[in-house]
Amino acid sequence: MTSTFPAPGPFAQARLAEAQQPSAETAISVKGLWKIFGPGEHKIIGTPLADLTRDELRLATGSNVAVRDVSFDVRPGEVFVVMGLSGSGKSTLIRCLTRLIEPTAGEVMFDGEEIGKASQARLRDLRRHRFSMVFQHFGLLPHRRVIDNVAFGLEVRGEPKKARRDKAAQMLALVGLEGQEMRYPDQLSGGMQQRVGLARALAVDPDVMLFDEPFSALDPLIRRDMQNEVLRLHNEVGKTMIFITHDLAEALKLGDHVAIMRAGQIVQIGRPEEIVGAPADDYVADFVQDVPKSYVLTLGWIMREVRPEDPLDGPAYPSTTIIREAVRDVACSDSPIRIVDDGKLVGVVDRSMVLAAIAGTEPEA
Amino acid sequence: MTAAALAARPRAALRLSKTRSILLLSAVAVLLYVLANGHLTLPLDTQTPLFTALNSFRDWMIANRTAWFFVFFFTPVREGTAGLVDFVTGWLTTLGWVGIAAIAGALGLVFVTWRTGVAVAVALVLVGLLGVWDATMVTLGQMIVAVALSLVIGIPIGIWAGRSDRVQHVVTPLLDLMQIMPTYAYLVPLVLLFFIGNGTATIATMIYAIPPAIRLTALGIRGVSAETVEAASSLGSTGWQVLRKVQIPMARSTIGLAVNQTIMMALSMVVITAFVGAGGLGEVLLKALEIQDVGGSFDAGVAIVLLAMVLDRLTASASQTSDRSRPGADRVSVADRRRLQAAGITIAIVGIGLGVTQSWAHVFPSDFSLSFADPVNALVSWLEANAVWLTSGLKDVASSWLLDPLQQVLTSAPFWLVIGYAAALALVVSGRRAAAVAAIAGLAIAALGVWRPAMETLTQVLFGVVIAMVVGVAVGTWAARSGLVSQIVRPINDALQTMPAFVYLIPALALFGPTRFTAVVAAVIYAIPAVTRLVEDGVRGVSVTAIESATSSGSTAFQVIRKVQLPMARRSLLAGLNQGVVLVLAMVVVGGLVGGQALGYRVVQGLAQASDFGIGLSAALAIVLLGVMLDRITQGAGARREVKRIEDE
Repeated sequence: MTSTFPAPGPFAQARLAEAQQPSAETAISVKGLWKIFGPGEHKIIGTPLADLTRDELRLATGSNVAVRDVSFDVRPGEVFVVMGLSGSGKSTLIRCLTRLIEPTAGEVMFDGEEIGKASQARLRDLRRHRFSMVFQHFGLLPHRRVIDNVAFGLEVRGEPKKARRDKAAQMLALVGLEGQEMRYPDQLSGGMQQRVGLARALAVDPDVMLFDEPFSALDPLIRRDMQNEVLRLHNEVGKTMIFITHDLAEALKLGDHVAIMRAGQIVQIGRPEEIVGAPADDYVADFVQDVPKSYVLTLGWIMREVRPEDPLDGPAYPSTTIIREAVRDVACSDSPIRIVDDGKLVGVVDRSMVLAAIAGTEPEA
Repeated sequence: MTAAALAARPRAALRLSKTRSILLLSAVAVLLYVLANGHLTLPLDTQTPLFTALNSFRDWMIANRTAWFFVFFFTPVREGTAGLVDFVTGWLTTLGWVGIAAIAGALGLVFVTWRTGVAVAVALVLVGLLGVWDATMVTLGQMIVAVALSLVIGIPIGIWAGRSDRVQHVVTPLLDLMQIMPTYAYLVPLVLLFFIGNGTATIATMIYAIPPAIRLTALGIRGVSAETVEAASSLGSTGWQVLRKVQIPMARSTIGLAVNQTIMMALSMVVITAFVGAGGLGEVLLKALEIQDVGGSFDAGVAIVLLAMVLDRLTASASQTSDRSRPGADRVSVADRRRLQAAGITIAIVGIGLGVTQSWAHVFPSDFSLSFADPVNALVSWLEANAVWLTSGLKDVASSWLLDPLQQVLTSAPFWLVIGYAAALALVVSGRRAAAVAAIAGLAIAALGVWRPAMETLTQVLFGVVIAMVVGVAVGTWAARSGLVSQIVRPINDALQTMPAFVYLIPALALFGPTRFTAVVAAVIYAIPAVTRLVEDGVRGVSVTAIESATSSGSTAFQVIRKVQLPMARRSLLAGLNQGVVLVLAMVVVGGLVGGQALGYRVVQGLAQASDFGIGLSAALAIVLLGVMLDRITQGAGARREVKRIEDE
């Protein structure tokens, strides 16, 4: 039995159930994606070998399963985070989406088109106009000036020099790098280099941005700045983003949905509060154990039904409020907080429930 | 106990038994030698059916110069190359010595520094003063053509190998083979196809110079960060765009090194191609060496070294420009750069103008000369008169106490015993495949009918390798432990490694006269820099923690060297041994020219006389086979040889 605390209340249950439903609208839909490296790449799927664990399979066939039967949907305009430790296959997974690595099996649907079936020319076209990617070690060209690095994507699709430099300059301004246009990448700090990487990905005006552990190589303070930068850009430009990270806090901070990967498989997909509040198995539970619950869970997650004896003069909050934001009011008010969605009272949260969520213990009945 | 620890145990047991197996093997070999020596020793017969057949084959080839494969392939290739060489040499002559010196100086000024510009111009004037200007231009002309062709062919292949694993797998063993082949072993077969001449010499040079062009270009392309390539692909670049905008620019400095190395390899080969009618400096050197005119060879040798220096300085900068220093970024401002370029162009134009129009600037004036021939010859005579007790003492001790007994054993042992021992050694050290290759190579040498000279060559190689290893390990370890020694040794090594092999014969010949010992000495001097460098890098690479832990438990310096540094640098030591064997063999056979006898002498004879062609070709093949055999036996470490100086990068 997995330790699930705080136990999701009835409303949370309902939301969990809703999350299981496929959403009507998807930007990218991945179904049954596999990637196997090694000599047995195309001989394993569909045979009993496919049921072996990674290590067993490596011993038996010399092949390595990086991604195993992965499916997920990304909604338009959301940040979808894939989190996993090194070797969990997350970097391979993101590369399979645009076939930087050719998947072994499965399909990736984008805008009604199956990417796996695209010709090389069509694939190039998709990469030039619809997708762009930000890399862990930036992947900048050391022999080019910052501005020409940013303009690179426009250059490969054949835009004239003037137009692409203008666009690149705008993008540099957007990421806060005005005045650095004529410098070379190695004259910039790591954080600034990644801003260049970000500007380069934005310059082609893609529909989907892919991030492969973009901030892992940066030190913690810079990393926080960059995360805020991504959130800001996401609000400003509203792109669909798929974000790979090994950092749980980063995943919870950025993700509208988070997928946890282990040994090539996705073990849980959900909103941050679902991951923290209802871990799917011991592995995920272990992971989220140290996360302060009140920083991730929402009032809606812990609220209970209104009882007749409840005084209804407390402050009102929508159910999506993070617990931490309501702490001050709970402390000052003797009445429970009213949870109001769309003008309708849906539940209450009292002081003991909030304290229990902060302390991480079971609330008294 | 963990699985890793379990796996490590049998390996440790195996290594222990490796030493024991070698001892056991040697004991068995000694026993068999005592029982069977004198039988089946395969003495040399210069009139075997094979040699006669090869001679007739040569005659047939000469008689059939109008056959289709000559008319449509070999002859046009040779004539085309020769035509190019004549064309370039013609231009070099037309420009005059002032023109050439001015162009070289201007190149140095614009692309390196003004100091380099002055240095190369002065070096070229010195070449003129040595009285070998015309010969130098002939050599330079061949160099330019050979290098240009090598790069035109090598760089695209290198790029291809850098981008495709399959091509890399095909190309690598070929390059390995080309690199262990002693330089002049393939002159004989080339002569058979292309005959003696300028074109043949250039083709031989090209074959020798291509491997570093391919290898380093591939290395450079592979060295480009995979993520950057991915970044370019993720933005929809075509393969061609990735190559042109990412891979080639980012591999530029390594490709620059490829150009530099190709030039240096070509220079060391172009001198040796004097054997097949190259003319130029090689010919001057060869003629002087043949009549033991040390002074005369010294002038040509100095000219070669100066030419090497000029070419190295002018091209080394291309490889040293790292990704960080872009043209005009931190070194010189754009305005200064323009001014430098203008100055360079002016100097070159004025120089060419003078060289073409003024007779004094066209042909190097013969009234000025700075020949070292007489003083060097005087020094040699003085050495002969006064230091003979030292030089011939050394020579006699080495010959009668070491070389002679070893040769006696190798030539009186049955051939099957030598091959068997070699194969068994290869089996223990490097595994089953190596053993099979060693055995086949040995049998092939025997079948070629040159077993005895091969054993003589093997004697010299073994002796030379031991000396080179002892010196190399000592100096390399010392240099690794002392920054000062390293600072002294590194530039000397650099200088020695830019010198063509032939030049090493000169001092050896001056000291020891034309004997077998001379060849060995030259070979040792030739091999020491490479061994030293590998040992130094290996010892230097030993982790500081390991040394600290040994020191903190009270080890003496000697204990640290013996128990920590050398064992941990084992791979580098074995790579050094492997490299030492290959280099010593390459030089020992060249030593055939100065009394080295054995296989090298047979090759020289085969190139010189029609009746000795068969035995010469067999000897050349035997040299290659001997090289393969020794390489396989010593390759156990699995460490591949690196191209010279690549470790500096």
